[in-house]
Amino acid sequence: MDLRVALVQSNPRLGDLQTNLEDHLARIDAAVADGAQLIAFPELSLTGYFLKDQVDELGQLPDAPLFEPLLERSHHASIVVGFVERSPSNRLYNSLAFLEKGEVKGVHRKVHLVSYGMFDEERDFAAGERFEIVESELGRFGLLICEDLWHTPSAYLHFLNDADFLLVSSASPARGVEQPGPGLASQRTWDTLLGATSLLYRTWVFYVGRVGWEDGIGFGGGSSIFDPFGNRTALLEGFEPGTLSADIERAVLRRARVETPLRRDEKPWLLAAELERTLARMRGHAVDAKTDER
Amino acid sequence: MSDELDIQPALVGELLISFLREEVSSAGLSRAVVGLSGGVDSAVTAALCARAFGPEHVLCCLLPYRLSSPNSERDAQLVAERLGTKTRRIDISCMADGYLDQERIADSLRVGNVLARCRMIVLYDLSVEWKGLVIGTSNKTEILLGYSTQWGDSAHAVNPLGDLYKHQIYQLARHLELPAEVITKAPSADLAEGQTDEDDLGFTYEDADRVLIRMIEGRRRADELVAEGSDPELVRRIAHRVVTNQFKRLPPVIAKLQRRSIQHDFRYLRDWLR
Repeated sequence: MDLRVALVQSNPRLGDLQTNLEDHLARIDAAVADGAQLIAFPELSLTGYFLKDQVDELGQLPDAPLFEPLLERSHHASIVVGFVERSPSNRLYNSLAFLEKGEVKGVHRKVHLVSYGMFDEERDFAAGERFEIVESELGRFGLLICEDLWHTPSAYLHFLNDADFLLVSSASPARGVEQPGPGLASQRTWDTLLGATSLLYRTWVFYVGRVGWEDGIGFGGGSSIFDPFGNRTALLEGFEPGTLSADIERAVLRRARVETPLRRDEKPWLLAAELERTLARMRGHAVDAKTDER
Repeated sequence: MSDELDIQPALVGELLISFLREEVSSAGLSRAVVGLSGGVDSAVTAALCARAFGPEHVLCCLLPYRLSSPNSERDAQLVAERLGTKTRRIDISCMADGYLDQERIADSLRVGNVLARCRMIVLYDLSVEWKGLVIGTSNKTEILLGYSTQWGDSAHAVNPLGDLYKHQIYQLARHLELPAEVITKAPSADLAEGQTDEDDLGFTYEDADRVLIRMIEGRRRADELVAEGSDPELVRRIAHRVVTNQFKRLPPVIAKLQRRSIQHDFRYLRDWLR
């Protein structure tokens, strides 16, 4: 059986939950009408990205009334949205919610907040501390948010936990217009990362980017799908909002894993032992006066 | 083989048109005002605006002073005609001389600054009449070198060219098929007969761009630039200009007194709920 996926490359209005919610609902309804079973949105899709002091004003508990119309629609398709999550103790997270059959099936809090160059997420958000599989009726999903993918253990942990699909939601600034191209240097980098991830971990990789501008910073879009052989099978081009629709042939996952059974042959216990040794060595180094690096 | 300064002009054009549409509509507007000097920077800005908003929604302003070169005005006129934009010509001589003559100001630096600020006053006034946003024409090379008048040509709401070096402006100009006249002539602030930017600066844009792109984009230190073949004196002078002109690139300094201070810890984008 095929799986119909809709990756919604939206352009949220900065800080305007109501307008963004309405945009979500309209795009979800259109995707459902098109037969989509999974509908995914970019990082912070309900709020916009460069929020700074707006983070506190926009934070929502995962059972907030805001989610009701989304949960209602999740009876027709599984939905992944990006939002500012407020915890009961008032920590604020950059989170993704996975909604299915009227329930919040899982929440991923961005682990690797990005705080260099133009980014300042560690100032505004608390960091997530786990990578958990969402057990959806569509399969096993590993959720990642943007910078999470740049740290190889994130996808690796989902791989060890037998993810069928990695869903990477992102709000990645467009940059690098130099020759020879073609296209944005930032997009070519994503292609390399996403392709390598799908190839090495033998999973489907869904990448949902966003478009639009926030105070002169443009977002690069580039929503795409990579099969478990590492090939890009679909791409939404350009810098306009839109939806990338694609049918996923489930049997491809089996073929890729039988051909190259990397998960079967992986040795996580060896990694655990080597990590122990490495950590012990690093703890020894930490008392070395020459360095305070861990 | 491509040069380190070369961009992909079609990609840059597509991004900048999208940028102009979105940032101008964030301000609740859909029209643009551009001061057209006859030079390449303002011609590129006007061409991008014409594509973003439609030429009928772009007001190109020709703002000559009595000592401006007639060639500048002729080239500006040519650009506006080629693009099909609306045009307004306002001679700023009376406005500027009202002050310059009364105060007997002859220092060319002061005169140049006064002319640039008179043009700013006219552009901002016309932006109300035209219901459009003032779109900037400053490129990255001149912003980094501080080769501009603060609150004069550097005053605008939105700037599509501010992350492009001069060499890249020329590439974009060719891609946008602007008249050869504005692409081939020597860049000039047109503040005096025969004046050129490169005479004022004491080095060429080509040399400046090559040092700046390695210094800023490539994060090279001065000693590394020299080791890679740049002239040490050129590197020193450019680095000095970059540092000493930082004040022109930032908003005024506010003394922090309260718990949440504008520019310090009251942190919102311009596009806040817009």
